[in-house]
Amino acid sequence: MDKEIEVILKNYQKDPSQLISILQDLQAKYNWLPKEILLEVSKGLGVPLSRVFSIATFYRAFSLTPRGRHQIRVCLGTACHVRGGKRILERMERDLKIKEGETTPDSKFTLQTVRCIGCCSLAPALIIGQDTYGRLIPDKLKEIYQDYK
Amino acid sequence: MITLTIDGREIKAKDGATILETAREHKIEIPTLCYHEAISSAGACRICSVEVIRGDRSRIAAACVSPVEPGLVVKTNTEVITNLRKVLIELLLARCPKVKAIQDLAHKFKVKKTDFKTEDEDCILCGMCVRVCEQIVGKSAISLVNRGTKREVATPFYEASSACIGCGSCAVVCPTGCIKVEDIGDKRTIKKWKAEFKLQQCKMCGKYFAPEAQLEYLAKALNLPEKEFEICQNCRVILGKISKAEEQKSEQMKKLSLS
Amino acid sequence: MRISTLNDLERIKEKGLKSIFPKKTKITVGMATCGWATGAGKVYQAISGKLKKTKQKAILARTGCLGFCQREPLVEIFVPGKSRVVYKEMTPEKAQQLVADLGNGNLRPEWALCQLSDPLCPENLAPKEVEQIPQYEQLDFYKKQMKIALRNCGFIDPENIKEYIAKGGYFALFRVLSEMKPEQVIAEIKKSGLRGRGGAGFPTGIKWETGRKAAGETKYVICNADEGDPGAYMDRSVLEGDPYSVVEGMTIAAYAIGSNAGYIYVRDEYPLAVETLRKTIAQAKKSGLLGKNIFNSGFDFKIRISRGAGAFVCGEETSLLASVEGRIGEPRQRPPFPAQQGLWGKPTIINNVETLANVPAIITRGADWYAGIGTAKSKGTKVFSMVGKVQNTGLVEVPMGITLREMVFEIGGGVLKRKKFKAVQTGGPSGGCIPESLLHLPVDYEELSKAGSIMGSGGMIVMDEDTCMIDIANYFLSFLEEESCGKCVPCREGIKRMREILTDIIEGKGKMEDIKRLERLATAVAQGSLCALGGTAPNPVLTTLRYFRNEYEAHIKDKKCPARVCKNLINYFIVERKCNGCSLCIQACPQKAIIFKGKKKPVKLDMSKCIKCGTCLDACKRGAIEVR
Repeated sequence: MDKEIEVILKNYQKDPSQLISILQDLQAKYNWLPKEILLEVSKGLGVPLSRVFSIATFYRAFSLTPRGRHQIRVCLGTACHVRGGKRILERMERDLKIKEGETTPDSKFTLQTVRCIGCCSLAPALIIGQDTYGRLIPDKLKEIYQDYK
Repeated sequence: MITLTIDGREIKAKDGATILETAREHKIEIPTLCYHEAISSAGACRICSVEVIRGDRSRIAAACVSPVEPGLVVKTNTEVITNLRKVLIELLLARCPKVKAIQDLAHKFKVKKTDFKTEDEDCILCGMCVRVCEQIVGKSAISLVNRGTKREVATPFYEASSACIGCGSCAVVCPTGCIKVEDIGDKRTIKKWKAEFKLQQCKMCGKYFAPEAQLEYLAKALNLPEKEFEICQNCRVILGKISKAEEQKSEQMKKLSLS
Repeated sequence: MRISTLNDLERIKEKGLKSIFPKKTKITVGMATCGWATGAGKVYQAISGKLKKTKQKAILARTGCLGFCQREPLVEIFVPGKSRVVYKEMTPEKAQQLVADLGNGNLRPEWALCQLSDPLCPENLAPKEVEQIPQYEQLDFYKKQMKIALRNCGFIDPENIKEYIAKGGYFALFRVLSEMKPEQVIAEIKKSGLRGRGGAGFPTGIKWETGRKAAGETKYVICNADEGDPGAYMDRSVLEGDPYSVVEGMTIAAYAIGSNAGYIYVRDEYPLAVETLRKTIAQAKKSGLLGKNIFNSGFDFKIRISRGAGAFVCGEETSLLASVEGRIGEPRQRPPFPAQQGLWGKPTIINNVETLANVPAIITRGADWYAGIGTAKSKGTKVFSMVGKVQNTGLVEVPMGITLREMVFEIGGGVLKRKKFKAVQTGGPSGGCIPESLLHLPVDYEELSKAGSIMGSGGMIVMDEDTCMIDIANYFLSFLEEESCGKCVPCREGIKRMREILTDIIEGKGKMEDIKRLERLATAVAQGSLCALGGTAPNPVLTTLRYFRNEYEAHIKDKKCPARVCKNLINYFIVERKCNGCSLCIQACPQKAIIFKGKKKPVKLDMSKCIKCGTCLDACKRGAIEVR
């Protein structure tokens, strides 16, 4: 693991001002940010651990707890809110039997909300990974879960 | 020097100074909570808000982070400012009802009570502890963590920080006293940071006076031998007096022997 | 291929025109995020597969957002010399049928959205008019639009620099670097009246002038692509559909202020835009349009991408700077302004994506042309995202001065399902809700401010009789509470307490004095906050109080929610005369709150179990369930 972290740090010339991009690349690789990785980043960049922790907890993109294989991000932007985004979230919570912020026991899905993904014309919408789904109807959500392993 | 007006008085201010520094220099009172001269200013609590008028434009700004400008007109006690200050104090009172510094402010500015749902926090998130640890001590053992209403000051992962040297500078600047440094026997505990330190015993008087970790750090930072830090401040002063007295004596002896 | 001279540009332009208007049939699929989200990926694959199978010689290409997102996926088929038709709401099956019809002249007008024509198209390849299909300019949605920032979106392959140049791209930069002094560029932008399109509407020329005048060798240009306003996505469309316009705009800005290095700060939620920008910057570098000695002028400029990580507050200039510097996104008080002391303490101008996209067009067609569009103080055009309870959702670019009524009822096609219009929300969480009585207002910075809202980034969210305005005000406050950085007391504590009061009102626990409490808090939050997030946070509450006070009073005095949204104040009822006991609702109900009473008998609802999720409403085909 250490070597892989070195590679990512080197990609950014070990520049402390690139801390956010470095954490994003690390999270893309490991799916979340375990403590050990943040310790390595702190050492490798010569940045106080308290600062790394501050950044990892300030920005929503980072997760310090393990995430599912697929992150569902239900959009609760204004257009989605007005066109029933909350009901989509509530339905998903019931379908997957988890609450917002939680991960299914089989680690398949982590359910999160986001505001907004820029698909306002297709409200309500959600993203899973890099896939966007628009014009959602609660009954059609089942078809979406099936697409993911 | 820059000329500006504060509360109707013409004031000459140093170039680069803030409105707060200038006001304090001229004994004009502006209340603060998150300001300390030894560290940088944040403009976070907004208690030092003043009205700043430039030409025909008026705005409200925090005096601690507002640079003085020529011809600026500053008002520290208008109705707008008084009302704003009252709401700020009410908000803080609702968050930290038991904190003396807030109760004192409330008393001073005639805020009787708050009708917001009260909480039971003791930290006002002024951030001074974080700044002092970073800027003066140079250890950055704590930081501001999370965002918005979930914001708090914490050690990394809420565990004892390996960078903390137990110096207690954070407690010194804290306006609410929520950082408690407890010295019992040869141990210092700072509960808020989940930290425990072994205290150094003074080789002269035997008292436990400072964490070993802190003295080690100082020795390295000042490039002095660790031996220098085995004696507490009081004994140093006494030693200093003794050595000064001895110096004077040997001067006198020299003079006598020369004559 | 290095592009260093005007000849190079002209040569590439010819190549680009051949690419946009080839001699073979060309099928273009709209592949911006809206396209993908509605299935454009599958449509593209279906077309590709069918072309291979039928061994037809046609070019398959991609493009960005044409703006009519409601009708995505869109597919354009250009048959040189014959026709150029855009098809709407495409499915893989329909697309394959269109490919099959390519030889037989069946243009399937019932599937068509419109036909396109372009004066740049060589005459021998120009399409002929098709009678049954309306022209693009004739559609209600496009009639009153004027595309400047969106001029190329949906018409070129965004990743193909040749096509960008064919449409006039980079000729502006050439003119700037070979004929104009930085001060002349600034004068031109000042004259045009261009104002920041990110929200604040600050005159761009003056910002550049401050940057130019600031002392120091090192200066920066930053493109703010953090587009955080929920409901706004015009920046995303420009980045995905015409990224070179932003790069060219930045390069011109850099030359004007004397900067050699720039950043594009893109929010984390736009992965496709980040990808597209990476490719764009790499290609521009390869072509010599970024890097050293651009167009042999001696001017150097390079751009790096900086990514956001999920913080709305980083759209604020000083927070953005903190984030680029690798710190948490906390704002700081201004002055000093970023143009004087910005990134790493150096003079920095920060411009919005849409603002920069306008720059090359202004240089090419002149400040006078731009200033001739719009109103006295709001020049040019603005892109709006027309969304919410409106028939035609999409991105709309209109000249300033058009009325809100024209936008919602003509371009937008009116309220969805013929429901009653209630309000249009502009300016995102910093803006306000404008009622029907003010629909005559022109779209203009000052006019919208007078009404209590702001232009903002251009979000235009239409709301109808089923929208509860208290719920909307609460929604925005909850959003800001989550996004507040937490540094200053008025924003962190004040917004929370305002939201608590609204929650009480929504839950039926409100009192009339709560309105005064809200107003008092609103004043303090607006005046005391460190940055514009807190400073404008009270706007949604204040405008809803101003224009929809009756709704507040209904919630407080009558404990009723007129729009039937607030769960504590509504109940679900079975309309017995309409219910035939079909039990679809019983199957749908997750709480088993509906009880079967026998065949052909109306069902019964147990309110103690009901969570008011609305699933039964969706399931019932007889309208036998009502919310009151």
